[in-house]
Amino acid sequence: MFRYIVKRLIEIIPIIFVVSLLIFFFIHLVPGDPVRLAAGKEATLEEIERVRQELGLDKPLLTQYINYMQNLLTGNLGHSLKTGLPISDMFENRFSVTMTLTFMSLGWALVLGLLIGTISAVFRNKWPDYVGMLTAISGISLPGFWLGLILIQVFSVTLGWFPTGGVDSWKSYVLPSLTLGAGIMSMLARFTRSSLLETLKEDFIRTGRAKGLKESVVVRKHALKNSMIPVVTIAGLQFGFLLGGSVVVETVFSIPGMGRLLIDSIAFRDYPVVQAVILLFSLEFILVNLLVDILYKALNPKIRYDS
Amino acid sequence: MEVVKEIGHNVVVPTEKKSRAREFWKKWKKQKTAFWAGFFILFLFVIALFGPWIAPYDPYEPNYDVTLQTPSIEHWAGTDEYGRDILSRIIVGTGISLGVSFSSVLVGAVVGTILGLISGYYGGWMDRLIMRWSDVMFAFPDLLLAIAIVAILGPGLTNVVVAVAVFSIPSFARLIRGNTLAAKEAVFVEAARSMGAKSSRIMFRHIFPETVSSMIVFFSMRIGTSILAASSLSFLGLGAAPESPDWGAMLSMGRDYLATSPHVVIIPGIAIFLTVLAFNLVGDGLRDILDPKTKN
Repeated sequence: MFRYIVKRLIEIIPIIFVVSLLIFFFIHLVPGDPVRLAAGKEATLEEIERVRQELGLDKPLLTQYINYMQNLLTGNLGHSLKTGLPISDMFENRFSVTMTLTFMSLGWALVLGLLIGTISAVFRNKWPDYVGMLTAISGISLPGFWLGLILIQVFSVTLGWFPTGGVDSWKSYVLPSLTLGAGIMSMLARFTRSSLLETLKEDFIRTGRAKGLKESVVVRKHALKNSMIPVVTIAGLQFGFLLGGSVVVETVFSIPGMGRLLIDSIAFRDYPVVQAVILLFSLEFILVNLLVDILYKALNPKIRYDS
Repeated sequence: MEVVKEIGHNVVVPTEKKSRAREFWKKWKKQKTAFWAGFFILFLFVIALFGPWIAPYDPYEPNYDVTLQTPSIEHWAGTDEYGRDILSRIIVGTGISLGVSFSSVLVGAVVGTILGLISGYYGGWMDRLIMRWSDVMFAFPDLLLAIAIVAILGPGLTNVVVAVAVFSIPSFARLIRGNTLAAKEAVFVEAARSMGAKSSRIMFRHIFPETVSSMIVFFSMRIGTSILAASSLSFLGLGAAPESPDWGAMLSMGRDYLATSPHVVIIPGIAIFLTVLAFNLVGDGLRDILDPKTKN
């Protein structure tokens, strides 16, 4: 197990390196001069050149990349062209807001997804199954931003139960996390159903029933437990979906998180910030995938990665 | 004797194809939900093709006398903030949505399939190179990658097609690689090789047909994903121009009027939802018939 973790950690280093390289060079392909933005509209040619030197943008691209990586490894993500602030300072509060949002979404998606999937499997081809699976396929097909707008209209504007946007308290996260989690909840419900149906065919389930266990015990203690591993894995692998979706949901609910920062920075062409947000999201996604792989192995002794 | 003669004249193949198609149609008719969803998609294609001629009003022409009207006999889906007929915009927008999603998934499928075939067939350094590249692509969450690409290329529908295609390529490459690995060990591939067939011929004439079923299933499922991604990009202001009748852009423009005229938001949302739902249902149905192994 330890060897596997070390091997996987070594494997992701070149991926992270290539990801950072790709982001860096692609961002520098963008037409338009970021220095003009940083220097301001009324800047003279001398001022623009001075800012260019200050930002190190007068050096060859390779030197810029090496400097960028050196800074990155010491935790320096650079400065925003728009505000002039260190990017790491801008991330401080926003990162925790986005993480709270994504983990809340994942949490309720897991609970509801497992519940709907289990009910559908137990009542296979009966009306609870049809309702459950209709909900699930609808959830996958709904545009998140639309669901968010409708939830705001119903629960914030009409009923006044939740705020329409921003982040003041836990209540502010309820509607955004429901919106963001809907897609994953649906995927998990469908996956739980099929995984549980497979497990319910197994011999040990027949044995459980034969020795007179109640159906609820068979499902809860034997079948569900064994179907959980692949379901949890899928939940982890869908984390990227949540990170991408958070950009949209934060825009709909005016949440000051990383996704909103990304969209605002794209609008202003604040490329150091765009670069840093994409890099951070990608790193997070790579690490979550690694964690899922490790957990999968830890939970399921049948899987052998060494062979 | 007759059969041997037929085989000798190579007549068996079309007969088998015909019976395969018949068998598929028989199974397809039994998939009630997918069957009707398929009809709905056909209907959408007709609308997409003839949209500009079917639309009752000009989808671009403002009419300030009838702004934000609720659905009525004159305007079945109401009007937007410029007094433009929403139904006409939805009808013309069908072509945009289907065009963008189909072309992007098609590009993703073609490039991904070629890469997957090469990777699976040749193995070795080519396989390692293509798979490590797809690892890198998978390191970016889908929508985020699309946002990043549009941020670099600039907003607009063509760039949305590129962005969505790029994030579809690695998934297709992985899928086809897996199928290729399984198919290249088959006896008929061995036979073709021993008869001296070129690698390209083996890949495209012998292995590729074996991967088609799972590719069709995956293709239909990706269409829904790409419609959602493209409309999300338009909603974020990175896709279609705000004045165009793109469904995502309509939603984005209409959000300011949600409280007073909810139909401006609800109707384009339903259009996106029903279209994506139909593609997902068809994908499910196709999977059950063509690729039942992957049901889990």
